[in-house]
Amino acid sequence: MKQRKIRILIAKPGLDGHDRGAKVIAKFLQESGYEVIYTGLHQTPEQIVNAAVQEAVDAVGISVLSGSHNYVFTEVMRLMAEKGLGDVVVFGGGTIPEDDIPELKAAGVKALFRPGTPLEEVLRFMKENVG
Amino acid sequence: MADNKNLDAIRAETARWAETVQKATSRWPERQETFESLSEVPIRRLYTPVDVPDLEYLKDLGYPGEYPFTRGVQPTMYRGRLWTMRQFSGFGTAEETNQRYKYLLENGQTGLSVAFHFPTLKGVNSDHPLARGEVGKCGVAIDSLRDMEVLFDGIPLDKVTTSMTVNHPAPVLLAMYLVVAEKQGVGWDQVGGTVQNDPLKEFFAQKSYVWPPRESVRLLVDTMEFCAENVPRWHPVSISGYHIREAGSTAQQELAFTLADGIAYVQAAVDRGLDVDRFAPHLSFFFDSHMDFFEEIGKFRAARRLWARIMKERFGAKNPKSLWMRFHTQTAGVSLTAQQPLNNIVRTAFEALAAVLGGTQSLHTNSFDEAEALPTEEAVTVALRTQQIIAHETGVASTIDPLAGSYFVEAMTDEMERAAEAYIRKIDELGGMVAAVEAGYPQNEIIRSSMEFQKAVEEGRKVIVGVNRYAREDEGSIPLLKIDDSVEKAQLARIADTKKNRDNDAVARCLDRVRDTARSGENLLPPIVEAVREYALLGEVCDALVDVFGAYQDPAVF
Repeated sequence: MKQRKIRILIAKPGLDGHDRGAKVIAKFLQESGYEVIYTGLHQTPEQIVNAAVQEAVDAVGISVLSGSHNYVFTEVMRLMAEKGLGDVVVFGGGTIPEDDIPELKAAGVKALFRPGTPLEEVLRFMKENVG
Repeated sequence: MADNKNLDAIRAETARWAETVQKATSRWPERQETFESLSEVPIRRLYTPVDVPDLEYLKDLGYPGEYPFTRGVQPTMYRGRLWTMRQFSGFGTAEETNQRYKYLLENGQTGLSVAFHFPTLKGVNSDHPLARGEVGKCGVAIDSLRDMEVLFDGIPLDKVTTSMTVNHPAPVLLAMYLVVAEKQGVGWDQVGGTVQNDPLKEFFAQKSYVWPPRESVRLLVDTMEFCAENVPRWHPVSISGYHIREAGSTAQQELAFTLADGIAYVQAAVDRGLDVDRFAPHLSFFFDSHMDFFEEIGKFRAARRLWARIMKERFGAKNPKSLWMRFHTQTAGVSLTAQQPLNNIVRTAFEALAAVLGGTQSLHTNSFDEAEALPTEEAVTVALRTQQIIAHETGVASTIDPLAGSYFVEAMTDEMERAAEAYIRKIDELGGMVAAVEAGYPQNEIIRSSMEFQKAVEEGRKVIVGVNRYAREDEGSIPLLKIDDSVEKAQLARIADTKKNRDNDAVARCLDRVRDTARSGENLLPPIVEAVREYALLGEVCDALVDVFGAYQDPAVF
């Protein structure tokens, strides 16, 4: 039986248009054999979580460069729990100061990749935590 | 540069020398088999007159302040006046940013440069659902004329010039600025400044678009026409390569797509019936200065020469000021690293030096902490001092275009021009930049380039010190600026108060007029000015335009 491909949602929340990182990660994960769905820009946390439900994804990666990471991740985690998506792995990346990371991890975000992270590190994370 | 007999002799000598090199490299190979610039231009071992065989001094370089402006736009360049040190700033509420501006002006800065927060850049109010968590974060929150009055309170708009970085909603912000000036008793003919107002690059670079490509160009031409008649000292557009580069393009694509945008705007204005020599002198440009020193210098010099030729040959401009390209430069934000952040001071200094050697008219130097947050006051000060050290200590501002005549620099300049011309031909074949954007051409080129760059970094072919080489566990932490969430609350309260205290019937009538004018095709600036004067919110004016123009949606390709 052919195994179902692992599905990953890459999302860009809010009004910020800096999508270079999100697109590079989406393309890289796709080339690494994952099935990648990209939301495009300008998504609310509700829209991101609804897309995760509809697409039945195994992981959600959110790219934030606007300084709104505390609000976005907390809200996404709350909505995910509400919709029973507790076992979907949430990770993120962008300009997220080191000091903010412990609180986001405590809220359930599995990993936060800061600027300069090698793509291989993201792939290692995916294999270890998602499959 | 040299006569043919001379070139033949140099060719022969170069061949002889190559044998000497061969002996050396057979015992001691070079560090790499091939060398490439940051943007993948092959770099030769040595440059001689043979590498610039067709260069004619008078035709291709000429004199500063004269066609084709390769050596600079002013006859004395920095000997007459240094470039403008214009640091981009804005954060939190209008009150906080107003205090920062006053501080900067008291310290000798003569020009302001406004950074707006994302909701303003996207044409929505601070109470929009997508604005949650972003209010005042990456710039100052401006929702209505009331915020703008506070932003420029006590700042005489006939004495300072202001640059406003905003694109699709630019006419609304310009309208607010003009009404603030009026209230200060300053006539529109006395205010000076720039709005970025470069709509096409939003679709493939910065992504702060509101309406679709064609409508956005119409609004730009409306602004050009309005300013030419009413605000003669205002620059209605700053055609920007900066965001194109930051989004992941190469230097050649940055240059080519910027000029192609410029061509589209000039063509649209000419098609409207405007006289090219009346509006072209007010066009200005904005470039990135990245890490590859000579490639960047070549890019700046090629940009001036190519634009002068385009304006003269393609558009038949005659006024010398229509042919000169004046530009602002910002050091490359994307080259900053979160790892070992103090290294960013050195990166920024080299990038700034390249911009100065390339003849920029104004410069913003990034702060070393900007890979992670808006800069602290200490970081901003180091960034400004970097410019002052270049200006006053290095001696590079004492003569004009000091690198001209370097075989390498002239070859890089030629190469940049050739590469950009090839892209522009391709875009012409696609039907111009508006059609190219609609077809997704620059979008796809940038995705490809940014992916290739990332792979080169992963494979270690491109070295980033402190990231993929000389990395260490302890990165060294620095204090960062934090914007707290009280800004959002303050902004929401002010919106509610503004709505309560204005004449809502008058606002509704003004917004109807904006819609009617959007349909009729007349100039939109007058009704926008009237709406803003009645305290219509930025988001209300933009929504009225969206009602007629439609909203552009991200095609979400990767």
